[in-house]
Amino acid sequence: MQKVFKNAKEAISDIKSGMSIMLGGFGLCGIPENSIDALVEADITKLTCISNNAGIDNVGLGKLLRKHQIYKMISSYVGENKEFERQLLSGELVVDLIPQGTLAERIRAGGAGIPAFFVPAGYGTEVQGDKEVREFNGKMHILEKGLRADFALVKAWKGDTKGNLIYRHTANNFNNMMAAAGIITIAEVEELVPAGELDPNCIHTPAIYVQRIFQGTDYKKQIEFETTSD
Amino acid sequence: MALDKNGIAKRIAQELQDGYYVNLGIGIPTLVANYIPDGMDVTLQSENGLLGIGPFPTKDKVDPDLINAGKQTVTYVDGSAFFDSAESFAMIRGGHVDLTVLGAFEVTENGDIASWKVPGKLIKGMGGAMDLVAAAKNIIVAMRQTDRDGNSKLLKECTLPLTGVNCVKKIVTDLGFYEVKDGAFVLLERAPGVSIEDIKNATEGNLVIEGDIPEMKL
Repeated sequence: MQKVFKNAKEAISDIKSGMSIMLGGFGLCGIPENSIDALVEADITKLTCISNNAGIDNVGLGKLLRKHQIYKMISSYVGENKEFERQLLSGELVVDLIPQGTLAERIRAGGAGIPAFFVPAGYGTEVQGDKEVREFNGKMHILEKGLRADFALVKAWKGDTKGNLIYRHTANNFNNMMAAAGIITIAEVEELVPAGELDPNCIHTPAIYVQRIFQGTDYKKQIEFETTSD
Repeated sequence: MALDKNGIAKRIAQELQDGYYVNLGIGIPTLVANYIPDGMDVTLQSENGLLGIGPFPTKDKVDPDLINAGKQTVTYVDGSAFFDSAESFAMIRGGHVDLTVLGAFEVTENGDIASWKVPGKLIKGMGGAMDLVAAAKNIIVAMRQTDRDGNSKLLKECTLPLTGVNCVKKIVTDLGFYEVKDGAFVLLERAPGVSIEDIKNATEGNLVIEGDIPEMKL
């Protein structure tokens, strides 16, 4: 089975309007830059995007927002994005805000075949809504559901031709869980190597979760808040 | 005199213990890292996937793949570990983090906290705040005790949407150090030069003052 694709354009060619897509990254760290650019080029609309953040103006998911390609965002934090605010306030964009740990676990559970689970986060807040509530060990919990998506677009540091992935530093974040939760997972990597070159002891995402992989190009890796000690 | 934000951070740092794993929120809580006592082994957790946050980098060491939960560039210390977000919140939800320090708009005498949303204004999302307050064993809130108009932020009930209920254990404000216990703010210490009267005037919720209240030693 050939998993290696030439580039992002080929890898995402069957993503269609109205589909659900998970996108890895925390802020702009570890986002699938090439796949996002290819989606912008592809003129697909009405996407449901599951991503911890929504990029910033004209960077990351901000590019898709600017072209009105997103119908719904499922995120935990969406600040630092004026176009996002504008579309949210004008009603052009539907937004589902989820506590970050619950979002991470919903994605992990989705990929792991767990349909639902109880967590304490959000109990007694507007996040609770009409969700089932149960007490365990004297503490109140709410029922949350596993989450999957038609496609997961993830970004790794290194990958091999089988689809094994290794992330670098804090650029792992949501990528690892999303790889398992995508019905089809497309991984872009900074360095694609032949199978056998990565140490199996160091793999973060085993190849079974990855259906397509390609060598990414021109990573900008923009920094949101460069903070230095000097 | 009321404490400035560094004073609040300094007092909170006195609550740290050797071997603690600590999650510091954005704002005043981040400053606590500057006052970890020398020789004390404290490991800072960042919910985006780092255990072992180091100081901000020098310009030549800035790395876009290495940020904290506030999306600022950071470094990591020897003995650090990186992991994904589900693992990170397993640490938090599982009670493995010893202390969480975070900011708040409002706190109640029952330990409810509002910190993420102001209706009618911009909605940015709760990020990891709801997970942290619901799960942490030990939560200290760092905040100013009154808003710009002098209204108390230590309340009977929150006016803003909640982040969590019955979860705040301790509060350090510019005026005092409080324990939240049995439906009251129990005053433990006063900020240097701050009177009991000042504190009473700045507390709307149930305030308990027992015996002589010492001044903070900073």
